[in-house]
Formats: sequence, structure tokens, C-alpha cells
Amino acid sequence: MDKKKRSSDKAAQDVIDQMTRDNQTNTWDRLDAQEPQCGFGKLGICCRICTMGPCRIDPYGNGPQVGVCGADADTIVARNYLRAVAAGTSAHSDHGRTVAEVFIATAKGLAPDYSFKDRSKLLRLAEELEVKTEGRSDADIALDVGTVVLNEFGKSTGKQLMVKRAPKPRQQLWEKHDVTPRAIDREVVEALHRSTMGVDQDYLSLLKHATRTALADGWGGAMLASDLQDILFGSPMPGKGEVNLGVLKKDAVNIIVHGHEPILSEMIVEAAYDPELQKKAVKAGAAAGINVAGVCCTANELLSRHGISIAGNFLCQELAIATGVVDMMALDVQCVMQGLVDVAACYHTKLFTTTDKSSIPGVEHVPMEEAHALDTAKKLVEKAIDNFANRSAVNLPEEKETAVTGFTNDSIKYILGGKFRASYRPLNDNIMNGKIRGIAAIVGCSNPKVEFDFTHTTLARELIKRNVLVLTTGCATIACGKQALLDPSKALAWAGEGLREVCEAVGIAPVLACGSCVDNTRMLVAGSEIVAEGGLGQDLSELPLAGACLESITEKALAIGQYFVASGALVVFAKELFPYLGSEKVMDYLVNGIEKDFGGKWALESDPVKAAEMMLEHIEGKRDALGINEETERKLYSMEERRDLAV
Amino acid sequence: MSKAIITDVQKCLACRSCELACALAHCQSQILEESLRESPQPQPRVTVEACGKFAVPIQCRHCQDAPCMAVCPTAAIQRHSESDPVLISRDKCIGCGYCIEACPFGAMEVTNDGKAVVKCDLCIERTQVGQPPACVTACPTGAIKFKDVSNISADRRKITAAMISESLDNE
Repeated sequence: MDKKKRSSDKAAQDVIDQMTRDNQTNTWDRLDAQEPQCGFGKLGICCRICTMGPCRIDPYGNGPQVGVCGADADTIVARNYLRAVAAGTSAHSDHGRTVAEVFIATAKGLAPDYSFKDRSKLLRLAEELEVKTEGRSDADIALDVGTVVLNEFGKSTGKQLMVKRAPKPRQQLWEKHDVTPRAIDREVVEALHRSTMGVDQDYLSLLKHATRTALADGWGGAMLASDLQDILFGSPMPGKGEVNLGVLKKDAVNIIVHGHEPILSEMIVEAAYDPELQKKAVKAGAAAGINVAGVCCTANELLSRHGISIAGNFLCQELAIATGVVDMMALDVQCVMQGLVDVAACYHTKLFTTTDKSSIPGVEHVPMEEAHALDTAKKLVEKAIDNFANRSAVNLPEEKETAVTGFTNDSIKYILGGKFRASYRPLNDNIMNGKIRGIAAIVGCSNPKVEFDFTHTTLARELIKRNVLVLTTGCATIACGKQALLDPSKALAWAGEGLREVCEAVGIAPVLACGSCVDNTRMLVAGSEIVAEGGLGQDLSELPLAGACLESITEKALAIGQYFVASGALVVFAKELFPYLGSEKVMDYLVNGIEKDFGGKWALESDPVKAAEMMLEHIEGKRDALGINEETERKLYSMEERRDLAV
Repeated sequence: MSKAIITDVQKCLACRSCELACALAHCQSQILEESLRESPQPQPRVTVEACGKFAVPIQCRHCQDAPCMAVCPTAAIQRHSESDPVLISRDKCIGCGYCIEACPFGAMEVTNDGKAVVKCDLCIERTQVGQPPACVTACPTGAIKFKDVSNISADRRKITAAMISESLDNE
């Protein structure tokens, strides 16, 4: 890619240019070095599952059409797809398991630095999980809740409990197709078993299990992760923060928390406020004290709960270091590039891995222990302060934007209806009257194969212009934040008239930041509550909503996409980032056949403007089917008729 | 001929990326995702042949005294000048297959529709704009190179000299 056009965001491009001048390679350079990438891999027709292989299918029909075991392109592609979905499910769910373990330790008094911050949510979850609450202490209730949740991962019988949050017809559909997930770990293990050599060799059966595995993520592990984190760390409420590299400060000790699990980062935030450590930082020469900022989804978690600034999304991890002002970066899990080590060696940043699940050669390992988490965090903050003196050249962009984040299925309801009448009614009404055409989810990563941040933000602009309310999570959220789409005072100018009117009345931006990628399940719950509110059909698949992930990179994005599709949504992916095109039959099922089964489907489109049009067409189709696009004549009721209205 | 494709067999991992890239470079769309459903199906002009523990990508050597050219009854196989590649005119080719028999390397194949013969054209459209042939670009280990013929022997002489010098050092 042209070195001058790697990023649509100026701050990132400036630092990329600086890295080129510093002769330091970055993600984009490494991508250039990998080009051209293997066509068999891009099409998903390479099988490395057994040692009779590796086998490849000739996509043009000239060479072999089956592997050594006889598996054809359909089986190979479906197996690769299933394994990717299983890996994505594992990532979110194992994150959930870690939270559940800390949750239980907190209830037992073994993690003294943590407490249960959202009591009301604890009680609500307890009720959902049929845990008795009357006359019991929070710790007792939490212990039972945590135990039930942890059991969801490995229980030997029964199905996932959280599927009950879905509309009834959806639950029945999953039962009918036999995809209601059982224990989360079981679905992942079965996915690996089915896809070993010589087991499941029917692409439809493999894809069906991919659906069940993804549902174990979306309506299981990932959903539970968000719920428990809300109780432990407090449920997000809309609040202001700042986004982009400009949030780093020249005169402060800058600490970046990067990854996905906020368990230790929560403590680092607390440690950074410690007056002793602040004093120590000032003494070390940092007049502004300690500044904590985030990268990737740990950033989303902390901004939505504590207003902690975000330095950037996935592709900013190396750039942040190259600014020369990051004194320490604490790494937890997922999306942490090994390339950081090389970049950190060129600048002065100290890296630390903080969980036993992730260690990297060349990075100091300081694992978090529940029993003294705050001490660990303080130790890391001290190391950051000690490293402040080692700074050399600084190249810090000034760009930053205000972002309002913290929207969840709960908080959206509160801001719409107020504390005493929290309700989705105003949203449903405005969708029904057409001021808001529908809802779009923009989710996912940052991929160096496309101009950084361009597609997410263009898609968001195109959708709000067409009066579609946008919900966003993960790195897409941060991209939107950098381009002021999360700032009501700026973004409303780009919204269509109807959407702007509603957002102005409520006081929100037309793009709502809903948290990290594990928080995508909040959208499923919100969707279910919108259905329950009435007027927009009986099931999620009837809602005028569509999702898109145009810059995907990880297997997690596939798991998310698959559980959204199986929950009834249209999900648009970029064609060149969907490595399964090598089987016509698999693709036909994913973009067509699956709609007959679950009401949702995949679509492939790389161009953000065309993707917006595709999503709007889908939304209008759903509106037509609901009958809400028809003009209704205003009826003037008599008092008697009014009394008889069933509302 | 000024430049030729040469292969370092020790570096070939038999990934067949060259075959895929070749077929793609000679199809209509030249876009991987679009090429799958094309008719006629894309066809490579290079074949990776396995032999013992090695694999060798084989394509037309563009022989100076090309036997395929000599046997072609319709003069479909031509080269414009000594430095140009040997090319087959699809319009003139009758698919008789004499050239396939004549080629000492097995570098010629009948087209998928069976009506003509195809072989490596040294990616003439790419080389005209300064790009190396597609198989060269695609090779992840650099086993396939596009080199000046005059350099091939010079480079080989340097390697030989280095080997002799090293063995003398060790004595």
C-alpha cells in the first residue's frame, strides 16, 4: 500500500511517516513483506488438519479437487470456517471464564481489591439465574451467581441459560434446528472433534455446528462476560472521554493498557490515582502526573466505565509507542501484536504481559494475582514512573476528539425513558414513524489491508445520513471516535433530518458507542428488548436492523458474525477479508440458504457506500414486511373508543 | 533473450503459489475472488512437479532454437526477436499437439476447452510495464527469479568460486 495513504486518520499517518523516517518497520511494512499472500489460504481451500496433508484444492479445477482423505473443497472450507468460529468463541468465552473466576474470588473475600459495584444488576442477574436473593448478603448471592455462571462453561447436561433472553420464537427456531448451545466448552471441543480428519464431512452439518458454537459465544460466554464485568466494575453509563493519540501527554507519565480483559487494568486505573504515586511521578519530572490511556477493547471497557481516554484502536498499538511518550504498556489478552517488542526496542516503552495466558519473549511477565491485584498494578505504575527519565525523541500528534460512550442495553433504555420509566418505547415509536429507518451495528477490527479507519467511518457517515441509528463496538467504535462521530455536538450535523431530530431530543450522538467486542451481545439483548417493547414484530429477524464488519481481522469477528446471523441479522463483511470463497456450496449457504433457517444471512461487500445502500435496502425490506412503511391515516378517537383501546 | 525465469530448486517448498498466481494473471478478471466462477476456467502455465524430496516449478524455457516453433504447422508459435519470448497465437493454433510432443520440458498444455495449446508467455503484459512475471512475484521463498541471462552464469561462477575458496580455507 502507498506509504502515504496507509491511514485516513492524520494522527496515525503522521506517526507512520515518523516510523519510516526512524527506519522502524510496522504492521503495514510487514504486510508489504508478506505480499502476495497465498491464494489457497485466502480462499480457505488449504487443509492442514492431518499429516497425510497438507492438501490444497485447485480452485480452477485443473489440479486435485480432493485431499488425500478424499475431503472436497466444501468439507475443507467448512472445517476451516468451523475452527475459526470455535477459536473466536474460545476467545470471548475464556475471557468470560476469567471474569467469573475473579467474581467468585471476590465473593469469597479472596480478591480484596475488587467489590461488587452494581448491586442492582447483581440482583437482576440473580433473579434471571434463579438464585435466591431474599435476606442474603451480596457476597452470598454473588457466590451463587458466579458458581452458576462458571457452570455454564462445563456443565455436563442442559443448555445455555442466557438463550432465555431471546424472543420466544427465536428460542423455538434454535430448538427446531437443534442449535441451542449446550455447555460452552463442549461446543468448542465438539467443533474441534468434528473437524478432525475423518469425522464430519458434510459441509451443512459442519456449518450447523458453527452456528451452535457461535451461539454459545453470543448467548453464552461473551454475554456472561459483559454481565459479570458490569457487576464487578460498574455498568457503563453515557459519559465523556477523549480519543486519539493526542490524549497522550508530553508532561505526564503515560501508561497504556492494551488488550481485552479489564481485570488488571481496572486496578491500574485505581493505582494511577494513588496520591503517593502521583507525587512520585511529579518528582520524576512529569508535571502532569500519571495519565492512563487505552488501546483496543481494554480501552473501550475503561472509557465506558471510567472516562479513561483512548489512544487508539488495534493498528495504533505500535504507533502509540512510536510517539516516544508511552512509558509503559500493560498487555493482557487478544490482538496484542508480537511486533510490539521490536517497536518498543526502538523507542523507550517498557512492555509487561499481565496474564498467565499470554507471554511474549522479550517482554517482562508480571502476572496478575487476584489476592493482591492492586499491589501488582502499583508495581507496574512504579515501573512506568521509573522509565519516564529514559525518553528520547518525542513525536506526539495533537489530534483528539471528544467521545460520548457507555451505551448499553440498560443505559440506552434509561436515557430514552428516564430513571423511573426506562423503556425502549421512544425508540420503537421513532422507528415505526420512520424518523429512524432502522438500526445498524458497525463492529470489528482495523485491518492494514484497507486504509486505516476509512471504511468504518465512511459507512457510519453514509448510514446516519440515511437516518439509520448506528451502534458500534470494538475497534470500529474507536475509529468513529477519532473522526468525531461519537461527539453529539459535531456528528449530528452529518445525520439525516429524522435521526437528528430524535437524537437532539434525547441528547445523544447518531452513533452510539456500545463498548468492546465482547459487548456485542448487548446489542442482542437490546434487540430482544425492542421486540418485547412491541410494534416491531415478534422476533429479532423481523427488526429493521443490519450489521457490518468491513475491516475484520480476527476469528472473533467470524464468531460474532455467525451469532448475529443465527440471531436473525444481515451481516456484511468485506469480500477479500472472508477467506472461505473456495467453496461455492459453503458460500451459497452462508449468503442465501442460512436465511431460510434463521432469518439472517451474510453478505459480502467491501465498498462502504455500497454496503450502506445494501444495509438500507435490507432495513427497508424489513420495514415493508412489518407494514410500517405504509402511510396510516390519523384516526380521531372518541372518548369511548379511547377507553376501549388495548394499550 | 535478455531475461529468463530461473529456479533455485533447494528453495522451492512446493506450495504451488506460482501455479495459482500464473492462472490468475492469465484470466479475465485478474482478481482472485472474482476468478473462481470464470469461464473458461483460469489455467496455469507453470506446473510444480514433485521429484523425490525436491519439487521443481516447470515452465517454458523460451528456447533459442525452439522445437515447438519448428514443428508448428500453422506458424502459430513465433518470436519477434531474439530477446522476445516464444509466443503462441491463439487464433492460428489448431490444437494439433505437435508442439506438446516436441517440447523437451513438458511445458506445453492443451487449453481447458481443448482447442488450442497454452504455455508460459513470460507474462509479456507485465514485463512490458516493468513488472516481473506473476510466478516470480508470488514465490514466497524467492525460489523463482527473473534474471538477466548474462548474469546467470556470472552469479553461478561467483558461487563456485566461493565454494572452492571455502574448501581451501578449511584445509
